[in-house]
Amino acid sequence: MAVLPSTRIYEGTRIPSPVPTILEVDPDKHDLEDILTINFGPNHPSTHGVLRLIVDLDGETVAGIRAVIGYLHTGFEKNMESKTWWKSVTYAPRVDYVSFQSNELVYVLAIEKLLGIEVPRRATWVRMALTELNRIHSHLIWLGTSALELGAISLLWYTFDDRDEILDLFEMAGGTRMHTRYFQVGGLAEDLPPAFTAETRKFLPRMLRSLDEYESLLDRNAIWLERTKGIGLLSAGDALALAQSGPMLRSSGVNWDLRKTMPYLAYDEVEFDVPVYPNGDVYDRYKVHLDEMRESVRIVRQCLDRIDEMDGEPWIADDRKVVLPPRHELHTSMESLIHHFKIVTEGYVVPEGEVYLAIESPRGESGCYLVSDGGPRPWRVKFRAPSFAALQATATTVQGCLVADLVAIAGSLDPVMGDADR
Amino acid sequence: MTNAGVPGVIETRDSYGETTLVVDPARLVEACLSLRDEHGFNFLSDITPTDYLGWGEVGVAGYFGTAAGRDLNAPGSQGLARLPEPKPKRFSVSYHLLRVSDEPARVRVQVWLDDGEPVATVLPVWPAADWFEREAWDMMGIGFEGHPNLVRILMDDDWEGHPHRKDYPLGGEPVRFSDEE
Repeated sequence: MAVLPSTRIYEGTRIPSPVPTILEVDPDKHDLEDILTINFGPNHPSTHGVLRLIVDLDGETVAGIRAVIGYLHTGFEKNMESKTWWKSVTYAPRVDYVSFQSNELVYVLAIEKLLGIEVPRRATWVRMALTELNRIHSHLIWLGTSALELGAISLLWYTFDDRDEILDLFEMAGGTRMHTRYFQVGGLAEDLPPAFTAETRKFLPRMLRSLDEYESLLDRNAIWLERTKGIGLLSAGDALALAQSGPMLRSSGVNWDLRKTMPYLAYDEVEFDVPVYPNGDVYDRYKVHLDEMRESVRIVRQCLDRIDEMDGEPWIADDRKVVLPPRHELHTSMESLIHHFKIVTEGYVVPEGEVYLAIESPRGESGCYLVSDGGPRPWRVKFRAPSFAALQATATTVQGCLVADLVAIAGSLDPVMGDADR
Repeated sequence: MTNAGVPGVIETRDSYGETTLVVDPARLVEACLSLRDEHGFNFLSDITPTDYLGWGEVGVAGYFGTAAGRDLNAPGSQGLARLPEPKPKRFSVSYHLLRVSDEPARVRVQVWLDDGEPVATVLPVWPAADWFEREAWDMMGIGFEGHPNLVRILMDDDWEGHPHRKDYPLGGEPVRFSDEE
């Protein structure tokens, strides 16, 4: 093996060497005969999905760890290559089934970048509102399950109650509760129903009240504090070196949010703050998640105002080569019938080229790399999965922790295994 | 984004508002170190291999037309469409870099490889490359020289073949515990 050149990133790092994702048992610190190797998962109630951790224990202390993934690999990316662009949109939300709307968004935005199609502003604002609602939904699941894993069972019922209301809103907008396929290349599949903004406005204050309740349930709970503070440490330098993004990065003191730094949709037109916490422990990750939900409520509120202003405006681009013609035209217009037939059977053609587009999903940088050969199908689809990157931090964050903390730390990385394994 | 002083750059392309630096595979680590230390690209977003086997030919994915005209047996046929630009080699590996700072920027570093041609690991430059490279090996069979743990990550350890390659069939798997197996 070649000599590794000296690197600046590595100074003062806790990242294991030579393999950054495997923590080997240190023979100086542990008696190798005392080491007990156990399998933690893949089917274990508190591993956050089918994540398998092979843990070397010295008593109750974690001396070594390696994460094994792939149990949920389904080959989405390969499948999408054999579908037309039009049909493959359905796959995107199923990759990360908790933040489905974000995944749908990143795929649709990437195709639109290749097509160079202009999206009407009403569609942009609706997309923002739904993606932010989805962020709350995703964070609620994270909060509920993480607290559940640490013994705070009651929180799960409360968070899933609120989550259900968000799913009701999705059902209202797109017709399905999850995996809506509501975002379409060029805009939206349908216009919002008239009652959507009013219903969402009713939901937002309830959500804020619930957040205060969660905070009072956990923030003054001695067990919760004891089990989250100072645990699962990750420094800012290590977080960047390990390509951590989203709440992981912001809880390590890095002020980085793609919505602010490289705005997409209309995030440069809304007001919101980026919560940043300095300690890089499980508690700070919890605080970031909680604050982000409040900011999302703020963003959704601004979106609703704009959506109401734009009532009656088009919600999908007027490009008949890409977008299905309105249904009523099919009976009267030969042209529309031909376009409809061509899009449904062959799909639309996307110009040749390659793009990488990233958005801030609830888990961090969710990217999509597309290659088109100018035909009706994607040549290559690759998702940059934030959960996949987050799990690379297991070996760095669990160092020296107790086996009980392992649950808290693995949960705090917020991995969705569908996203990590794709 | 200026690529002044990045060693090993063969070609710079700008398309769709993105910069791609095509780099000589032999000087990849050098180029990456320069991008990280002198240009501030401290964040490795992703490593993506792409297989261009059958690029611009009939029947693999794009359904390009033949000289004889539209192929009636291929329902997705586009007739005589313009063939895409030929690619220098079979595989491309794209490194998507991000600058996490007050001047955010993205750049794509790309190397071109033939089947079985390895490339040096960028693990010493960005530790995050660990799993990204393992995935590229597992799915596409790209070898990364110097990677200390280049084993399969998503597929089983004893899996044969690399599923994301274009010559790997879709749906050819026998169903477990069925009569097919």
